[in-house]
Amino acid sequence: MTVLAPQARQPRIGGEPVWMRTLVIGVVVAFIVLMLVIPLIAVFAQALAKGTGPFIEAITQPDALSAIGLTLLTAVIAVPFNALFGVIAAWAIAKHHFAGKSLLISLIDLPFSISPVVAGLAYVLVFGLQGWAGSWLVDHDIKIIFAVPGIVLATVFVTFPFVARQLIPLMQAQGVDEEEAAITLGASGLKTFWRVTAPNIRWGLLYGVLLCNARAMGEFGAVSVVSGHIRGVTDTMPLHVEILYNEYDFTGAFAVAALLCLLAVITLVAKAALEALAPEVSGHAV
Amino acid sequence: MPYDRDEIDRSPAVEASLNPVSATLQPTAAAAVSVRGVKKAFARFPALNDVSLDVRPGELLALLGPSGSGKTTLLRSIAGLEFPDEGRILFDDQDVTFAAAAERGVGFVFQQYALFRHMTVARNIAFGLDVKKGRDRPRRAAIAARVEELLKLVELDGLGQRYPAQLSGGQRQRVALARALAVSPRVLLLDEPFGALDATVRKSLRRELRRVHDAAGVATVFVTHDQEEALELADRVAVLNQGRIEQVGAPDDLQNHPATAFVAGFVGQANRIEGEVRAGLFRAGALELDAGGVAEGAAVAFVRPDQLQVAERGLDLVIDRIAGSALVVELESLDASGRRVEIALPRHSAPAFLARGTTITVGAVAGHVFPAS
Repeated sequence: MTVLAPQARQPRIGGEPVWMRTLVIGVVVAFIVLMLVIPLIAVFAQALAKGTGPFIEAITQPDALSAIGLTLLTAVIAVPFNALFGVIAAWAIAKHHFAGKSLLISLIDLPFSISPVVAGLAYVLVFGLQGWAGSWLVDHDIKIIFAVPGIVLATVFVTFPFVARQLIPLMQAQGVDEEEAAITLGASGLKTFWRVTAPNIRWGLLYGVLLCNARAMGEFGAVSVVSGHIRGVTDTMPLHVEILYNEYDFTGAFAVAALLCLLAVITLVAKAALEALAPEVSGHAV
Repeated sequence: MPYDRDEIDRSPAVEASLNPVSATLQPTAAAAVSVRGVKKAFARFPALNDVSLDVRPGELLALLGPSGSGKTTLLRSIAGLEFPDEGRILFDDQDVTFAAAAERGVGFVFQQYALFRHMTVARNIAFGLDVKKGRDRPRRAAIAARVEELLKLVELDGLGQRYPAQLSGGQRQRVALARALAVSPRVLLLDEPFGALDATVRKSLRRELRRVHDAAGVATVFVTHDQEEALELADRVAVLNQGRIEQVGAPDDLQNHPATAFVAGFVGQANRIEGEVRAGLFRAGALELDAGGVAEGAAVAFVRPDQLQVAERGLDLVIDRIAGSALVVELESLDASGRRVEIALPRHSAPAFLARGTTITVGAVAGHVFPAS
């Protein structure tokens, strides 16, 4: 009885003692505040340390504007591309059986497991001046490395898994019953996709696209290798932040960094709003 | 030893003369669906092994078998969701073996209903008409009228604007049925239609399916592992086991003339009694049963509880449990080796001395004897 007594006195919620819950939640909150929230606030504080004037001046410089433009252009190309191929890959994997399927699933994860710098170097090896395709590209006057196409390619590589990874478990959970039902009712493959498959994955797709977009705008490593850092030409926002920082232009660096953060925050808010709208994105069945 | 000769003799001539109703029902028109010598294997595991089956126009046919017997594979092959490795499938004499599911004009009701979750009930039912191409697509008003008609048929009037998630299991099942019927299919196929429902809903929906089938008049095939469901609902039952059809027949035929030991064991709630056949007579201890035409040697008899009655000579059984209804006394008893034997005695002829633990001797008035496999 003496052993049981303390337990009996503790009010229990969800099976654990209250002190345990408080401790676990406290650790998580403290960690998030220390590692994520404070640095984020610091970025905005530093950016606005000398007032809004220098901030606006820093982000409206020609080089900064060019970097913003290039970042947006990269995202505008890479995100739809990966959304399309992510949907196709997820559809093929989740709804069909074929040889080498598990290998394909592993390959889709490759960009997550490989260092972005290595990915960038690989592109330099293939498309660079000394690379396999180098002389052919020079002959045909096509510039990929140290130019915009290289930056887009590297970004596509790094952000490829987001949409596919989001959709594969969703589509697998939904199974093929609804598609089969549509087919027996006389729907063609394309109609089945547009009327049955697509509406069932729209929230998952949107969520995957948001994550893909956030990473496409923020990618540094792979882009840094293939960009060549030509100011006003091949600098994206993350690269521009580094350049300004290395030149001790802290206001400028943090101003552009704050702008990047703002894009990330907008993405997260949009994601949270979507989750509130569509419960199945967070894993609950309708 | 009294026995019922009719139940033992299974020669086709006798069967036909005994069963004039089924003889006159032999169809003159082509079968609605004809499955001919179909074989299908999944990763070298045979799912269908030379299956042939005719579905008559307008009939309600059950595919009955244990799980893994190939019944769902057969149903999906008819629908065009699987394709046979060998053999042919015909609809009204037209070869559809390799026709796509979308071209076959079947109505398929899935075990989990597979309703389109993002569409209302009305849109679900209208789907098959909505996706028709060009001139084949009815006008919007015609589609709406058809949806109303079907909602009425399955008794869901007024629920057209609900979403599947807002319906009960039984209601979803009705929507799935209405959706399958909307395209006026050549054949209606149902995969374990009551599998996901609780017992009471299951019973009422059985009658519902029979009513809807009779109203629509379409040839219908449904898959089930529940012999009671198959016997109660179907005009004819095809019993499958290990990818083969063991027997096709009216529910009464299967009960009275099981073609194989498997059918006798699976379809009837028969007691399985092991014994031996010598000179046309089956013996298990002192219990005897006519076994004309059964090979000599080890054999097994299937005897329904109502085919056992108190006798002078026969099996000695110890009563373990007594239950029953107004008409029948049901006894669960144990034989010498501890095997359970069920007996159903008409109440008027049940002995007065029955009690738990007492021993009674029973003989078999009829039964089905098969060589032990």
